[in-house]
Amino acid sequence: MVPEKVCNSFAEAVADIPDGATVMVGGFTGPGGLPQNLILALRNQGARKLTIIANSTWGAGKAREYIDVSILAENRQIKKAIVSVMADPNPLRSTAFEVQYRAGETEMELVPQGTLAERIRAGGFGIGGFYTSTGVGTPVEKEKEKKMINGKEYILELPLTADYALIRAYKADRMGNLIYRGTARNFNPVMAPAARITIAEVDEIVEPGRLAPEVIVTPGIFVKRIVKISQEGK
Amino acid sequence: MKARLDREAIALRAAKELQDGWVVNLGVGIPTLAPKYIPEGKTIIFHTENGALGFGPPLSEGELEHKDYNLINAGAQFITPRPGMSFFDHATSFGMIRGGHLDVTILGAFQVSKRGDLANWTSPERTVQIIGGSMDLAAGAKRVIVTMEHTTKDDKPKILNKCTYPLTCKECVNLIVTDIAVIEVTKDGLLLKEVAPGWTVAEVQALTEAELLVASDFKEIEL
Repeated sequence: MVPEKVCNSFAEAVADIPDGATVMVGGFTGPGGLPQNLILALRNQGARKLTIIANSTWGAGKAREYIDVSILAENRQIKKAIVSVMADPNPLRSTAFEVQYRAGETEMELVPQGTLAERIRAGGFGIGGFYTSTGVGTPVEKEKEKKMINGKEYILELPLTADYALIRAYKADRMGNLIYRGTARNFNPVMAPAARITIAEVDEIVEPGRLAPEVIVTPGIFVKRIVKISQEGK
Repeated sequence: MKARLDREAIALRAAKELQDGWVVNLGVGIPTLAPKYIPEGKTIIFHTENGALGFGPPLSEGELEHKDYNLINAGAQFITPRPGMSFFDHATSFGMIRGGHLDVTILGAFQVSKRGDLANWTSPERTVQIIGGSMDLAAGAKRVIVTMEHTTKDDKPKILNKCTYPLTCKECVNLIVTDIAVIEVTKDGLLLKEVAPGWTVAEVQALTEAELLVASDFKEIEL
């Protein structure tokens, strides 16, 4: 029997995230594919000393009226961020995380975006690491193993896994199978296999069989919890 | 002061490099201006890091009522659907980049060196740290075209013997399109191919730290 995956509330879905947990958060630029309700629930739940793995520490969301990871930084819940972007692209705006990082209160690991995605993919699929030419000759190669393969220089990058992943999809069935809309897919399907407990917020939850098996992007075994976004939700 | 090309003209000149059927990724800044200058009859397959291929041009200011947050590019522009487009996740998207499936990427730059090193993600003065997809694109695309102003705001050279800013990628740039010149990075050094109307080789060289070779078919930039 498949355990019940549907949660009744966002608060219930994130209730057991403990202090010190490593949490992946899907999304890219803008609200598309960003699990806004789960981020808000985690802020309200209050777990601290979190390691956040995401594309960005964000911060622009506030000005554009959506919720992003920066609310966790504002609430001082982040100990470390592993991201490809730490800053608002607008140099005149400092994000909460940026301010804390500059004050030495938080740690950060800056990772090229493709390497970040592939490290997460490797983590989810049991790969012990991979060699990439991205970052060779740059500050990213520091303290990493180097290798020449077929005359080209590579550096070793190691996998990333997490205790929890908060992701956003379009539709789920009760088995946890997910489909996505447009570019809102981004990091979400990559993170789903990489966390011990993956929680998806979705627009709609349907009965098994209502989503064609051929179009499933994230197979349900990667998803432990599903929460439906209410009509009024983001 | 002689007239320099504006950002639109730089984008227009860079767009001339795009060949029919190429898969192209555009960085933020000047490169995002390039799509409207694709010559008629050429089909370009645009790629964006966040997982789309073959989409149409971004919505203009007047079209924003049609905006859809599930249809954006990496520069946070709203893109338009087009028959034949596809969506995929971030790992697949960067697999396309890393795997050499992109014909060209057009990127902005703070500095470029004479051997084609690129610095465009941070500077010693900036606390802002944004690697984003720049290192993957510069290392993975078959060709890298840089579009930028030729000098800094206080007229210091940005094309140098050696970059002083942290690198994005070493020896990756193929062509530099600036507001006064078009320069190819070759094994022998930087080859000056074109200058903006009214500019001389000596004037461009004076604003370039690295030594410039002059192409045999050297000419004025045609817009």
